[in-house]
Amino acid sequence: MKTTTLAAIGLATTIATTATAEDIKIGLLLPYSGVYAALGNEIDAGFALGLEQFGGETDATFEIVREDTEVKPPVALGKAKKLILQENVDVIAGIVSSGVLGAVRDMVHGAGVPLIVSNAGNDEATGADCSPFITRMSFSNGQVNRPMGTWMYEQGVRKVYTLAPDYAAGRQMIEAFEATFTAAGGEIVGQDFTPFQKTQDFGPYLTQAKSSGADAVYVFYAGGEAISFVKQYDSFGLKAELPLYGSGFLTSSLYVNAQGPAAEGVIAASHYVPTIENDANVVFVDGFTAKIGRAPSEFAVQGYDAARALIEATKAGATDRASLAAALRQVTFDGPRGTLSIDPATNNIVQPIYVYETVAGADGLTQKVLAQLPSEADPANGCVMDPVSN
Amino acid sequence: MTTDLGFWTLQALNALQLSMLLFLLSVGLTVIFGLMHFVNLAHGALYALGAYFAASFAAIWGYWAAFLLAPVAVAGVGVLLYSGFIQRMRKSGPMAQVLVTFGLIFVLLDLTRIVWGDLPLAIEVPAMLGGRLAFLGVEYPTYRLFIIVLGLVVLAGLAFVLGRTQIGAMIRAGVDNDEMAACLGINVERLFFCVFCVGCALAGLAGAVAAPLLSVSPDMGLQILIPTLIVIVIGGLGSLKGAVAGSLIYGFVQTFGAVLAPQLSSVLIYALLAAVLVIKPVGLFPAKG
Repeated sequence: MKTTTLAAIGLATTIATTATAEDIKIGLLLPYSGVYAALGNEIDAGFALGLEQFGGETDATFEIVREDTEVKPPVALGKAKKLILQENVDVIAGIVSSGVLGAVRDMVHGAGVPLIVSNAGNDEATGADCSPFITRMSFSNGQVNRPMGTWMYEQGVRKVYTLAPDYAAGRQMIEAFEATFTAAGGEIVGQDFTPFQKTQDFGPYLTQAKSSGADAVYVFYAGGEAISFVKQYDSFGLKAELPLYGSGFLTSSLYVNAQGPAAEGVIAASHYVPTIENDANVVFVDGFTAKIGRAPSEFAVQGYDAARALIEATKAGATDRASLAAALRQVTFDGPRGTLSIDPATNNIVQPIYVYETVAGADGLTQKVLAQLPSEADPANGCVMDPVSN
Repeated sequence: MTTDLGFWTLQALNALQLSMLLFLLSVGLTVIFGLMHFVNLAHGALYALGAYFAASFAAIWGYWAAFLLAPVAVAGVGVLLYSGFIQRMRKSGPMAQVLVTFGLIFVLLDLTRIVWGDLPLAIEVPAMLGGRLAFLGVEYPTYRLFIIVLGLVVLAGLAFVLGRTQIGAMIRAGVDNDEMAACLGINVERLFFCVFCVGCALAGLAGAVAAPLLSVSPDMGLQILIPTLIVIVIGGLGSLKGAVAGSLIYGFVQTFGAVLAPQLSSVLIYALLAAVLVIKPVGLFPAKG
């Protein structure tokens, strides 16, 4: 009896799917618990808003299945299998941690399911490990930091001390900065990589940086570590004599208010800040603020643009896994971040980078954009892929 | 590397400040263990809870109210834990106790997430302790000096109570031989209860003083648990002296390790832990001979 019912339901589902061929089933693979839960929820909110605002532009309808990665690669792999084999999704979006991306990479590549990466910035994912099924709508670690080396040298900074957590992303971010900064003629006078997620007290490193003779400090920290770092940097009184620069996550609008006045004057480079001036961003910020009650962060825009990219792909006529994967590689649109496109050589996003300063505004801290640095495609970095076939 | 004396003074202060924070946490845990033979792995979660209470109270009544109320609130949670779990678990052996308190870590972690959300919180350093003090030729953040002083005050207070008062004598008797102490008319259970609450309050206090320095996030309790356990194993279970020695060793090894051998800094303390376990498995200053 039970089997018959199940079979009937199964049959009904199959019929339903074939009847409306443009019903796209999306698997959202995000951390809803664990250390990155805040980012997962932020991306989810952005993604939902993207579907809501642009869903009307396409005939396709969307259904979302959410799975929690718990930021654990083995758990995420199991959830990806479930989405692909059991839920039979057409496309997967999400993934915050690069470790999780590494774990599910072979699975989605082998199954031929398009994956829209909405955070994980590991350079390798659109380098040596690239796949025609994996499109990144967020950023790559190198991309965010590379322009900052040249820009800081142009501002007259000559000697820099760098700090970052000791893991792949930390090292990639700093290496990208270091490469362009030294190429421009600057000097790295000292460098520390702090134990990742184990360092709460940055005092010893700050004292070290202070006595290094540097003109400025360049760092990458995110989340809780970023809050502790910025506050401790200020409490040691370093900000006045040793300006703090960093990768944009350092003073992300998601948690800059927890840093308080300590964040004022910090200059960072990011692919998005809520104060970018363009029409698409006004629509985005207004929509997000109305729903969530605060301005969106770079993580929210990554979810928002992932949804937008998917909609653009369906507008181009994509309906199933293979056609979606091909269409996603050719997506281009003007979004809150400016003009975005996908580099067909690596499937990584090509986007402008904004240098911004955190300043006190009318209600809390806000971001003052100092410069918009032009979009540059990442080097292929070992990526070999078939060109897009139509 | 620098030969500037001020640099080393600053690093020594950094080390001392970390030591004092760890001391506040480990002393509660070690005395609870020494007296009750109870492994309370949820101690770190109580520290996180202290930081969250402090963040909430500070938002309403300012920092000093939070500083006083957070330990009380955490002690209140301690009372609930004691009557709900720990009293029942007293006779059920270390494995069951470890499992229950280990489970409590995750329950409390998710509770903090549900109540306070996923985004890290922060509280401002009180105006009185903002800025920096210049002395010994260096400038050091006043708030960090406050933590050092607070640690020393708590240390002095505990040393006095444990060493010079009747209640301290009763606690020491309980640690040495709880059955004999009970035979002599000491209500050991009630003593356990009081010590447990004081231990929880100290964890809450540590959370409240750490909050303005660090960010308040759900996983801060897990992050601090391992260093605290290392302090206790190095120092020796159940003794005040052990907690002090363990904290100082951890603080200095960690800080100067990060400065002198950054590549080895995360390994150094574990190497030291292993060495202590091999050479003196009971720790440097165990409560019992």
